[in-house]
Amino acid sequence: MIKVVDVHKSFGKLHVLKGINFNVSPREVVCVIGPSGSGKSTLLRCINQLEQVNEGRIYIDGEELTHPKTDINAIRQQVGMVFQLFNLFPHKTTLQNITMAPIKIKGVDKEQAYEQARELLRKVGLMDKADVYPGNLSGGQKQRVAIARALAMQPKVMLFDEPTSALDPEMVGEVLAVMKDLATEGMTMVVVTHEMGFAREVGDRVVFMDEGLIVEEGLPAQIFDNPKNVRTQLFLSKVL
Amino acid sequence: MPLSEFTFGLGILDAIATSPGYRVVTNNFVYFLGGAWYTIFITALSIAMGMVLGLFAGLAKLSKNKIIYGLSTAYIDFFRGTPLFVQIFLLYFGVLPLIYDNDPLSSAIIALGLNSGAYIAEILRAGIQAIDKGQMEAARSLGMNERQAMIYVILPQAFKVVIPPLINEFIALLKDSSLVSAITVAELMHRGDLVFANTYQATWVFGTIAMMYLVITKTIALLGDYTERRLATE
Repeated sequence: MIKVVDVHKSFGKLHVLKGINFNVSPREVVCVIGPSGSGKSTLLRCINQLEQVNEGRIYIDGEELTHPKTDINAIRQQVGMVFQLFNLFPHKTTLQNITMAPIKIKGVDKEQAYEQARELLRKVGLMDKADVYPGNLSGGQKQRVAIARALAMQPKVMLFDEPTSALDPEMVGEVLAVMKDLATEGMTMVVVTHEMGFAREVGDRVVFMDEGLIVEEGLPAQIFDNPKNVRTQLFLSKVL
Repeated sequence: MPLSEFTFGLGILDAIATSPGYRVVTNNFVYFLGGAWYTIFITALSIAMGMVLGLFAGLAKLSKNKIIYGLSTAYIDFFRGTPLFVQIFLLYFGVLPLIYDNDPLSSAIIALGLNSGAYIAEILRAGIQAIDKGQMEAARSLGMNERQAMIYVILPQAFKVVIPPLINEFIALLKDSSLVSAITVAELMHRGDLVFANTYQATWVFGTIAMMYLVITKTIALLGDYTERRLATE
């Protein structure tokens, strides 16, 4: 589904990704863990081209999105992204946040889009918040709306960039629960996270990154219980 | 109330009503109102022109294209960096006659529109830049192209941010429109000037004119407050 081949990314002199090779199969849930500054978020942002890579190629569903002739907007419609800081549109209600992209980009009929949005709100447990503006939602509610907004484009892949890092602790659970449901339904997901419990329970595979490289990857049980690399061991000893 | 005080009060009113200045104002009140209407009309058209120019110049200032950026910077620098009074004369007597058979009214609107466009450009640019980067990223991640993201996500939010400075600009422009009296446009200030020249009732005439300006600018301010409240989402 996603294929990342030898990707390098620098910000000025800072070499953030130093040759990443990375694959995600359909219906797979991959959790990316690692210390701050290891390049996890940058990798995720490269996968939908919010950052352009300096070297290497990225494929989604066989289409090379690092190719200059690729219509990146078309590909982004198939790749949902959930941000750490939600990035909901504050001037639109919950329902309008969810329906904006389907109506404006895909030209979906208004009534149909609203119908679908209500369905998605039911799924994330926010039926009663349809006409509320984001400013009046809690952090956990905002993030669930953001997930619904991404799902409204019916993406093939969902990318999560530390979706619970900006939340108060008591709200983390409700967001993770929605993500878990999504995983159960067979959504292909890449999740950058500090929630080791989630990675272990929901992840099909865990990828540990450090200093711009994938240091170790494998089944969650294998990574968490029996890490082979010293750096993985060191990181896990700090966070677990 | 003692009768003496009561008659004294009437005496003041009587003195006002029979003073020559009061007569001048009442006799010319409709004439002044016509000037006020003219002022509003000129300002409204200038604002419309300024908003269009300002939007393009403001977006151009955010462009990565050096030529587009340079052109808009030159435009903004010139019209913000030179006196409006000079611009009005330069355009009315100098530049516009080369382009068409110009009259005072259209020249005034063009001068005021070009001038306000420069200020509005800076206001809009700042407003757009004030919107969190994550908004553009969220819009793009949903598959919108840059133009769609601007139209549906960034500009509506930026518009809300810029209402107070825009209202400031509209008020400033309305007051500055009095400068076009110098090229004989029969707006409020010009009419006051004419009446003053005939009557020498400076306090009465310009006091009345000032009050009329005040009523209009206060109305604009209240409209701004209303718009801001209506767009509030929290």
